Amino acid sequence: MGQKLKLVKNTAGRMVPTMVNGVQSIPFKGIGKYIPKGSKAAPPIRACHDFPTSGDKVVSSLKEALEKCKINNGMTISNHHHFRNGDLVMNQVFNTLSKMGKKNLRWFPSASFPCHEPMIQHMENGVIHHIEGSLNGSLGEYASKGKMNGLAVLRSHGGRWQAVQDGEVHIDIAIIAAPTADSFGNCTGDRGPSACGLLGFGLVDSLYADYVIVVTDNLVKFPCIPWQIQGNNVDHVVVLDKIGDPDKIVSGTTRLTKSPDRLYIAELTAEFVKAAGIMQDGFSFQAGAGGTALAFAIYLRELMKEAGVKARFIRAGSTKYLVEMLEEGLTDYILDGQTFDLEGVRSMRENSGHINTSPFTSYNWHGKGNFASILDTVVLGATEVDLNFNANVVTHSDGQMLHGIGGWQNCLFSKCTILPIPSFRNRIPIIVDEVTTLVGPGELIDVIVTERGIAINPKREDLIKATKRSGLPIRKIEEIKKEVDEMVGGPLEKPEFTNEVVGVVKWVDGTVIDSIFKVKQ
Amino acid sequence: MSEKSYMSGNSEVKSDFCVSYSTENSGELNINIQSKTAILHGSKLKSITEKTLSDLGIKSGNLTIIDNGGQYFVLQARIEASVKAANSKLKTESLPDFKQHSQYKSFRDRFRRSRLYLPGNQAKLMLNAGIHQPDAIILDLEDSVAPDEKDVARLIVRNALRTLDFFGAERMVRINQGKIGLKDLEEIVPQNVHLILVPKVENAKQLNEVDDKIQQIRKDCGRKEPVFLMPILESATGILNSLEIAKASKSNVAIAIGLEDYTADIGVQRTNKGLESLFARSQVVNAARSAGIQAIDTVFSDVNDEDGLRTSVQEAKELGFEGKGCIHPRQIKPVHEELAPSESEIEKAKKIIRAFVEAEAKGQGVVSLDSKMIDPPVVKRAQNTINLAVATGLVPKNWKRN
Repeated sequence: MGQKLKLVKNTAGRMVPTMVNGVQSIPFKGIGKYIPKGSKAAPPIRACHDFPTSGDKVVSSLKEALEKCKINNGMTISNHHHFRNGDLVMNQVFNTLSKMGKKNLRWFPSASFPCHEPMIQHMENGVIHHIEGSLNGSLGEYASKGKMNGLAVLRSHGGRWQAVQDGEVHIDIAIIAAPTADSFGNCTGDRGPSACGLLGFGLVDSLYADYVIVVTDNLVKFPCIPWQIQGNNVDHVVVLDKIGDPDKIVSGTTRLTKSPDRLYIAELTAEFVKAAGIMQDGFSFQAGAGGTALAFAIYLRELMKEAGVKARFIRAGSTKYLVEMLEEGLTDYILDGQTFDLEGVRSMRENSGHINTSPFTSYNWHGKGNFASILDTVVLGATEVDLNFNANVVTHSDGQMLHGIGGWQNCLFSKCTILPIPSFRNRIPIIVDEVTTLVGPGELIDVIVTERGIAINPKREDLIKATKRSGLPIRKIEEIKKEVDEMVGGPLEKPEFTNEVVGVVKWVDGTVIDSIFKVKQ
Repeated sequence: MSEKSYMSGNSEVKSDFCVSYSTENSGELNINIQSKTAILHGSKLKSITEKTLSDLGIKSGNLTIIDNGGQYFVLQARIEASVKAANSKLKTESLPDFKQHSQYKSFRDRFRRSRLYLPGNQAKLMLNAGIHQPDAIILDLEDSVAPDEKDVARLIVRNALRTLDFFGAERMVRINQGKIGLKDLEEIVPQNVHLILVPKVENAKQLNEVDDKIQQIRKDCGRKEPVFLMPILESATGILNSLEIAKASKSNVAIAIGLEDYTADIGVQRTNKGLESLFARSQVVNAARSAGIQAIDTVFSDVNDEDGLRTSVQEAKELGFEGKGCIHPRQIKPVHEELAPSESEIEKAKKIIRAFVEAEAKGQGVVSLDSKMIDPPVVKRAQNTINLAVATGLVPKNWKRN
């Protein structure tokens, strides 16, 4: 069952609940309009006196660690692992909790993946009350049908940090899967048999949770160098046989596209960046995962070489393509939030210009500034875009929750946000009258690049002027929409929504920008 | 007793439909549509299915449709194909609207540098084909279509020609050999096809048969625009008869060579160096020149080898070819770039045209440049070089003013 809640209209014109999972929520007020007052949340005061003077915090099992963390019904269990669909830890954790007879837990992961399908069983029998985090695959389907006890709360990477920092989410126990750790709890992701790169997403959990458990399959003698997470914040260390399958950290979204249309879109995007004057010596860019974004980096690299231009830094999601650019001297630094392939992992370990960062440095709303707004341009995906340049990344046009937000919302603050997207998928046009779910407001989205033309947000007169004589196929977004609608057989029929809410989408400041309603079957 | 079911398509293929139809004695019409996107497309699917059946005059039977995300004009074609497979005497047809953007014209002397082959039964590859800006698209009914898909491919291509925007590319269809090819023409010629590629032509008679059939269909359907022809020579006999073939019809605008079949025919391996086909390629160029039409080279089949493609196009250009077949959109740009005139060719052509314009203005009958006489064919070639340079973006349209 979804929830019938009191709804109010927010500034974006979307109907949103004021109570989300029992917590008072603030409707979206506009970009930069909501700044909470007060102090940040903090973990309880501890004394080193209570920890072994030997520094050895290893306990024999997950169960023992959870017991020592005073696990109780109704608690919030957070976690970070970086194995994407290759995670072997969290299913073990919840199987253990289930055997311990725990109920009504809230799972607060940095992300969920198809491998976490067993969590459905734990929700069915009451071990997990609900999940707050990205919902993919069968978990997304489950939540879309309103079967979850609580609402799905979709947050960006930066938004997860914000929610913990301003006290919206209190973490009772955090579990961090670390490819290499010492007995003190210092740990790193850049080495070990399950090396995954970095642990930046778990940093917030380690700093703010009441209890922190590090789980590793590669225990090294103190000290673990480098340490990405400080053992001083860790309560217990658990050693398991295997914590993850590093081959699966390369997810489906991180393979280079072979589609001629998508390659063409990527090429157009790179040419646009050049024509708009963004590609200048010392510039910076970010290209996310997804085949088209990867291909964009390859085309941009060629244009940079041709023009003799070098970047100061690339924000990543690193891949072997970006690593090659670093190694060729086409950028001074990669400021990396997560490694998308094993070449990225290797480079982070070996190259001093390949820096591990966290959502705090790059995306955080409660930081004193962040890197995202410094970027000259960012290239992102979307499932839908509307005529006002609003975009959706969490649902499809049929209203089903299928994707997490990732760093997408946070990246919109770059100086030029570009969405390279195909203009249709099968008979589904991507440019619509109004997005099914509002995730990113159009005022932050500057350019849409499709295979049928490039649409520039009319607000960006500077970009329109700069690219006027570029010879690029620059068109009105309405024109592209009309052409595609005609080809695929007219605009879509709209799914019929019930008034039951199954999830909410948070804006980067913690306000509710949109709701996801249950679809009438 | 269960009736035989006639199927069109494969339920595993994405971005397509799979349709099956069986006639039934009870006289009822049962339609069963399975679609994962019914929520977004349900009523449209239903209305198009019903319209198609009503166009065809079908009032009974069992129709099952599996929707894997194909376009509606493909659905129409697949329904028509399975209904006709069950009832071979049926003469009705279900045509999608003939869109305005499908009605542009072609002309004899246009560039045919690149022509993109698209399998006639794979509509998903056709949708964006024009966006990659080939000089021509070829909707192929011949080698890229399996025998059991030939009948439906003909209908898909017919519907695609009425529906899709190819953004100015010349609209070509490669028909099958022999009798099936003539059947292909009946569906294709009335649909503003610009040019028919005739495969494996070995003599003038074969080509004339096709041409006669086209003229008859044009008359029947009242089509005024011409249908151009491009015979493809793919055998030793064809090569040796190339002049006769090139001159066989005034509809010919080009002849092409197909090397896969040709090398097999003369019993040699096709190599990258291409020595084995040097004679044939030169022969085709000479026959084309003699007949006053374009000579078009074969395809380069390794999609991942861009350098190899570029070398192959350079060779083709040196031999005198004006176009190359493409089997992937990524091949189009390299082909255009390699066929573009060089800087020195462009400068020379500019000089010749300026001299010609000057001589004309002065009313001089003879054009001379640097004390040399220039013949009219040289002026024509210079104009062609400039046109090509303009088309490739190397020279602005208004270059004479600069």
